[in-house]
Amino acid sequence: METTQIRNLVLVGVGGQGILLASEIVAQAAVVAGFRVKTNEVHGMAQRGGSVTAQIRYGAEVHSPLVARGTAHVLVSLEQIEALRFSDYLAPGGLAVVNSLVITPVTVSMGAATYPKDVRSRLDQVFSRVVYADAGQIAKELGDIRAANVVLLGAASQVLDLSEDHWHQAIRLCVKTKTLDLNLKAFEAGRGLKAG
Amino acid sequence: MEKLLSGNEAIARGAYEAGVTVAAGYPGTPSTEILESLVQYKDEVYCEWAPNEKVALEMGAGAALSGARVLVTMKHVGLNVAADPLMTLAYIGVEGGLVLVVADDPGMHSSQNEQDSRHYARMAKVPLMEPSDSQEARDFVRIGMVISEAHRTPVILRTATRISHSRSLVEMGERQTPPKPKGFQKNPSKYVTVPMYARPMRVQLEERLGRLRKLVDESPLNRIEWRDRSIGIVTSSISYQYVREAWPDASVLKLGWVYPFPDGRIREFAKGVERVLVVEELDDFLEEHIKALGIACVGKQFIPNIGELSVTLLQGCRAQMEGRSIPPVTPHPATQDLPPRPPVLCPGCPHRGIFYALSKHDVIVMGDIGCYSLGAFRPLERLDSILCMGAGVSMAHGMDKAGEPKQVVGILGDSTFFHSGITPLLDIGYNKGCSTIIVVDNRTTAMTGHQEHPGSGRTLMGEETIAASIEQIGRACGIKRVKTINPYDTETTLRVIGEEVQTKEASLIVSSAPCPLRQKKRVGSLRHIDVTLCKNCRRCLKLGCPAIDGAGERPQIMEFLCNGCGLCEQVCTFDAIQEVKE
Repeated sequence: METTQIRNLVLVGVGGQGILLASEIVAQAAVVAGFRVKTNEVHGMAQRGGSVTAQIRYGAEVHSPLVARGTAHVLVSLEQIEALRFSDYLAPGGLAVVNSLVITPVTVSMGAATYPKDVRSRLDQVFSRVVYADAGQIAKELGDIRAANVVLLGAASQVLDLSEDHWHQAIRLCVKTKTLDLNLKAFEAGRGLKAG
Repeated sequence: MEKLLSGNEAIARGAYEAGVTVAAGYPGTPSTEILESLVQYKDEVYCEWAPNEKVALEMGAGAALSGARVLVTMKHVGLNVAADPLMTLAYIGVEGGLVLVVADDPGMHSSQNEQDSRHYARMAKVPLMEPSDSQEARDFVRIGMVISEAHRTPVILRTATRISHSRSLVEMGERQTPPKPKGFQKNPSKYVTVPMYARPMRVQLEERLGRLRKLVDESPLNRIEWRDRSIGIVTSSISYQYVREAWPDASVLKLGWVYPFPDGRIREFAKGVERVLVVEELDDFLEEHIKALGIACVGKQFIPNIGELSVTLLQGCRAQMEGRSIPPVTPHPATQDLPPRPPVLCPGCPHRGIFYALSKHDVIVMGDIGCYSLGAFRPLERLDSILCMGAGVSMAHGMDKAGEPKQVVGILGDSTFFHSGITPLLDIGYNKGCSTIIVVDNRTTAMTGHQEHPGSGRTLMGEETIAASIEQIGRACGIKRVKTINPYDTETTLRVIGEEVQTKEASLIVSSAPCPLRQKKRVGSLRHIDVTLCKNCRRCLKLGCPAIDGAGERPQIMEFLCNGCGLCEQVCTFDAIQEVKE
């Protein structure tokens, strides 16, 4: 990445998965690193179990708070098919970080649609670089499944020009003291995940 | 010090710094977080959730007449409710400054329409400001307060979803000590809008607008950014940010104080560029006026008037204007058959029991604004119309009086009931209607994120207070049949709804159960499906519960989503759904 370039991140998932906290951590890490930052989040009706996105942009000067399609450096998906749904946000060669979690939409449960069975291979067809992991399981082993989002941020951090120290400071600013240790460990675990 | 704030948080900060001492509003996406943020300064600022926006603005008007500096907040459709006081408050004017924040929702992320509220400023003849980011949101509240107080006029600050819910860095300042309120100074010719006094006020309103027109042309809030002069773009609000990326080299007239229109600045800009383009979300509010000034410009010919704009969309408009074609983006085939994921009633939502019961009756259901609007979707599909706050009650009454052959039910939430449901219920009582009104009372304003209301027992400031009784209000409105039910008890719910719908008399059913999301705990024990007993009849899936996964061979309950409401256990006729022993 060139230093003058704006970095774009898109987080996607299902309403209620805690996408806002993840977005705040990224934004704070960029602030700590001294960048100008803009974010956008969805509130209101869309939060009720529907597909949701949060977007973060940082750089020397940022105008639009929204990431344009085809310009995201990283797409982080908290549920696996949501990565496919929002795949067009990712820039060519960008990194997709995908949680292997399946949340069956009600449209599937009532028989009006089907959940694809070949998600893993689709991810490889659609994205050139994918980190695919069971972030919930990793977080659970570290102590609490709720740190899954921070595991995924750790994976995303590998391609962003924010130092480990910036991330740690941001996590400290955004999570409660009693979950700090867990979240720092979750971040480290994510940072070790390799694209494959 | 710079801090990352959402537009809404920045407005709250601006109000605090401007010396606001009274703030009121009604929750509504995307405006809600303004008062939720401002209440952090509750030692210095009195904050309240009013029952509705009209009350909030009137309350604010009273405070301003007493000399307080006031902030009033609402979403776009809330301003329709508050339009009545606004139109005449412009006549009376204010003593302490009053800034009215209205948050529009282009694209209808969480709204029933996408009206362009800028028109209200012109209609009421009051100043209108539009910030483009959080810094301006904070700054403009402070500037708006000064203009309001100096010219005795309410000032409208209009945001949009992408301003209110975007975060950016804000340089903050100190709080200005508000002037000691001088108290109300009796002066009927100034404050009493009987025709003999209102007519001179009407003249003064035009005179004030004339003075503001002179000021707006000198305001630094409207700035010209000269770059390439072959095209000049007039824009405001979030559109400015998109324009800066879609036309990085173009000259821009960036409007912050939008009404009264800065005619001098617009003329100066138009003279300096070869061609004028107006880029604004929703209506041609600026474009129409610029054309009326006799300035040639283009706008809605290229820029859509429906939905939100974006950088990508504007890049397309630019290509079209320049006669270029942008190759269409073909989505990857592996992403084209994904199951839709619309918003749904949460697992354990008490409204589900009511809609399930209604699905057993061939009735017409007039809905309302709130989480229960989600009852319109499959598989519940038990809501037939939504108009506006409170209309679930009044439309049901209207259908009933029109002689609708089917039984008619109106359904609305508790906060909506207190907002606009009481007067139509009185209409039913007074005019001898016989519809059935169901208030799904979860003791909070759930859809907007769990705000307090007159029935919740607590104020925005966190103090304990009355919890207004819907049943008692119903009786006072003349409704004789008033029933309270537990929506998690399927059998009783089915029976009571059946009885009340059949009765040839008005009735009020209060479905009483707190929102489990607010309670932050499960309703009851987790449930699981015993595969040896499950006959795969898939009846449980008719509840539309996101915790019941119907994708596999048999339905399965996803423990991490289950809220333990037990509705599925009650609808299962084979006793296959049982409590998980913990």
